[in-house]
Amino acid sequence: MLNQSKTVGLPVSRIDGPLKVTGQARYAAEHFGPGMLYGHVVSATIATGRIRAIHTAAAEHFPGVVKIYTHDNRPKTAYRDSRWKDAVALPGHPFRPLENDRVLFDGQPVAFVVAESPEAARDAAGLVQIEYLSEEPHTDIVAQRHESYEPPVPRMKQFMPPPPRGDAEAAFAAAAHRVSADYVLSGEHHNPMELFASTVLLGTDGALTIHDKTQGSQNSCDYICGVFSLDPGKVVVKNSFVGGAFGQALRPKHQLFFAVMASLDLNRSMKVEMTRQDMFYLTWRPSCIQTVSLAADAEGHLQAVMHHAVHATSRHEDYQENVANWSGLAYKCENVKISYEIAKLDLATPGDMRAPGAATGMTALEAAMDELAYAAGIDPLELRIRNFVHRDQNQDKAITSKALHACYREGAARFGWAERSAAPRSMREGDDLVGWGMAGGIWEAMMSKGEAKVRLSVDGSVTVSAAASDIGTGTYTILGQLAAEAFDCPVDAVSVEIGASDLPKTGVEGGSWTAATTGSAVQAAAKAVIKTLLTHAQSMENSPLKEAKVQQVEIAEGRLVLESNHQIGVSMVDILEAAGLEAIEEHAKVGPDMLTMMRYASYSHSAVFVEVKVDEELGIVRVTRVVSAIGAGRILNPKTARSQILGGIVMGIGMALHEEGMIDHRTGRIMNHNLAEYHVPAHADIRDIEVIFVEEDDDMASPIGVKGLGEIGIVGVAAAVSNAVFHATGKRIRTLPITVDKILQSEAV
Amino acid sequence: MDTPRAQSGLPTSSLILDINGIAQTVEVHPWTTLLDLLRSELELTGTKKGCDHGQCGACTVLIDGERINSCLKLAVTLDGAEITTIEGLGTPGDMHPLQRAFVEHDAFQCGYCTPGQICSAVGLINEGHAQGRDEIRELMSGNLCRCGAYTNIADAIEEVLSAQAGTPQREAAE
Repeated sequence: MLNQSKTVGLPVSRIDGPLKVTGQARYAAEHFGPGMLYGHVVSATIATGRIRAIHTAAAEHFPGVVKIYTHDNRPKTAYRDSRWKDAVALPGHPFRPLENDRVLFDGQPVAFVVAESPEAARDAAGLVQIEYLSEEPHTDIVAQRHESYEPPVPRMKQFMPPPPRGDAEAAFAAAAHRVSADYVLSGEHHNPMELFASTVLLGTDGALTIHDKTQGSQNSCDYICGVFSLDPGKVVVKNSFVGGAFGQALRPKHQLFFAVMASLDLNRSMKVEMTRQDMFYLTWRPSCIQTVSLAADAEGHLQAVMHHAVHATSRHEDYQENVANWSGLAYKCENVKISYEIAKLDLATPGDMRAPGAATGMTALEAAMDELAYAAGIDPLELRIRNFVHRDQNQDKAITSKALHACYREGAARFGWAERSAAPRSMREGDDLVGWGMAGGIWEAMMSKGEAKVRLSVDGSVTVSAAASDIGTGTYTILGQLAAEAFDCPVDAVSVEIGASDLPKTGVEGGSWTAATTGSAVQAAAKAVIKTLLTHAQSMENSPLKEAKVQQVEIAEGRLVLESNHQIGVSMVDILEAAGLEAIEEHAKVGPDMLTMMRYASYSHSAVFVEVKVDEELGIVRVTRVVSAIGAGRILNPKTARSQILGGIVMGIGMALHEEGMIDHRTGRIMNHNLAEYHVPAHADIRDIEVIFVEEDDDMASPIGVKGLGEIGIVGVAAAVSNAVFHATGKRIRTLPITVDKILQSEAV
Repeated sequence: MDTPRAQSGLPTSSLILDINGIAQTVEVHPWTTLLDLLRSELELTGTKKGCDHGQCGACTVLIDGERINSCLKLAVTLDGAEITTIEGLGTPGDMHPLQRAFVEHDAFQCGYCTPGQICSAVGLINEGHAQGRDEIRELMSGNLCRCGAYTNIADAIEEVLSAQAGTPQREAAE
């Protein structure tokens, strides 16, 4: 399976590329229908309190306005919380738009205006007047850290800290070298380029076709069927093209709720597109404060690891992610204590954002490892090599594969790490201080349950279908490649149908598991087609494949042949014609191998090396060079795979230097809810980036040897940047992002 | 076509626009932006809305060969203008050199900022300021890409730029 390859493993250009570069790919807001109405959300302007009154008269008289919804007049929806819980729902009470007069966070939707044009809806929304009874908001994680608690209902068992091992406190006290510090990460906002939108097209028979910005069409479909008690047979949700998401579109958003609500109530097609500002009031990466304490003996062997993390959640739901557990498995250590709590703030519920938990926790751990390296007088890379571990000590399991040594070796060689002079402030170029820093990354290689269909037609064309999503990840292309490989045909002979809820069942697109899951399902369905082909071939007269077993055959050049001898075989067309079939279609289901999972843990790994240049007088940091070496199993497409890692690195640079959701804690309101004031990296911020995929064979992580790439690229990047800033300046800045003011105000150690 | 925008009782102006080589008469309200005209009324959805505030560049189109954020331009001010959108540059079967280079260099992931990046790159080449990579980075900084395809975008633009530098007689892009 993992050997020969004609398509898989090659840098195939995206098969959806020509549609995207010519503007022909249609996203959620880009569908049209007769009699369309448009909606606009009115957002709360307080962080916590109650609505005393909503005055809608002026807005109702605005030309073109059809109806205004508030908590007083919204249509009836499902009563039970269970009906509102989507596949990615959290412990707690799911948010229900217009539920009552309570305001739980800044920007909460409190009214919804429907009009004949988007401008009329928008302008009328500005005329809705709301009187509030405001209460005192609490939105600062640093101030609220003492109100934290262990989540009473775990979101997932593996997010809970492992039991302590050894005696971390005693080992810490006795060790030769010790570091202990607090690390603070600001809240971040995903900001995919596409605005959240839903277009509901009402069919003549009352059926709904909904184009939604989502990472899971079936999740959106199930959600609205639950909330509005709809017949699932009469609703199709589509997400053919998704303009970025990064975790923000895992859970259904309120524009979907409003579009469906108004469409059903008014019996019209509906379109609702959020504003950029609205998108800052949704799912965000929670602000987090962490205390990491590390101790090592004189040779740099870790003696104690302690990691305590507290991150934000909302008043109504307990968002949880695995922040700190990585510290118990990244390096060899016998004395480990990990604790994890959350604290309620008057903000929207946080959610998964690229490498949720790991991007946060590994940033603190890998910055602390750098501090320990300096405390112990050992090169930061050498310190990591000395503490290499082959086992997952948290779960006491073997690891399916870990090519991290190769990542260290190849990354360091390409970067030129050996040329680094250890002392801070020891490298300069002109007026700039130069710093070199590195960090490691880790992410769980996951596979979930998934299904796919594969259809082979008599004309040789192949169709693959699954309800998977391509959020820029390259899903279309890799599924096409896997099918092309199985049927020995060009990728352009394969049509890939994804992004619709009526296709074979697939989980949400997240956690880096789509390639492993849907890819394996496609491979399994293709094998099932080949098995059926063989059955038909064997019932042909004088079949040369009479005695062949399914493991012994494959497709080559349009024929079903013996693997060992391609001369022996039958053409696929002849087989189908003899059987009187136009096509063979098979459906396959895959899931993780429970036996393997009991004995093994599986992770992707990385080593990332960063060069910064710092103009100390101005406090400006530039990331001038990045080398990221990745061990993530089999690479199906080095072109799209590389792009995934590039994207993670760019977002990691944003985390390190730019991205900060700013809240006025007196009012609990977000101050920089736009792309001019919430900085994401721009062209000028990004220089040379090199990506290396190291060889890593792993036939246990998933049937196709894939570990997933969506998350691993970002993990460790912010730490590597911050370590490079320390090396350049001697300033250890533990509150991200590292902005000009922090550089200017810190003292070099 | 269904035109919900031209509401009765509200003022409109009639103007002629040349859009992708086709002259069209359109009725617009004075507050309608070029972006909303293209995207909602003319259903030319290749031009994207990413912020509606001139902060992200996703809505970049060419007006008389110059790149501009169409969300900041009121349509009513454009009578007689020549507008080129992504749809006017090429089609999947007949791509513009920049569109081909973007596909080849994987200069996008989700594809949402891509039409704006490409129109902006056409404008950049028309301006004639960019000689190399540093200038490309600086002068493309009005077009955000959250998927982080910047290095590949720079590769794609650099390739087309240097191919054109080799053929100085040729009209820049367009």
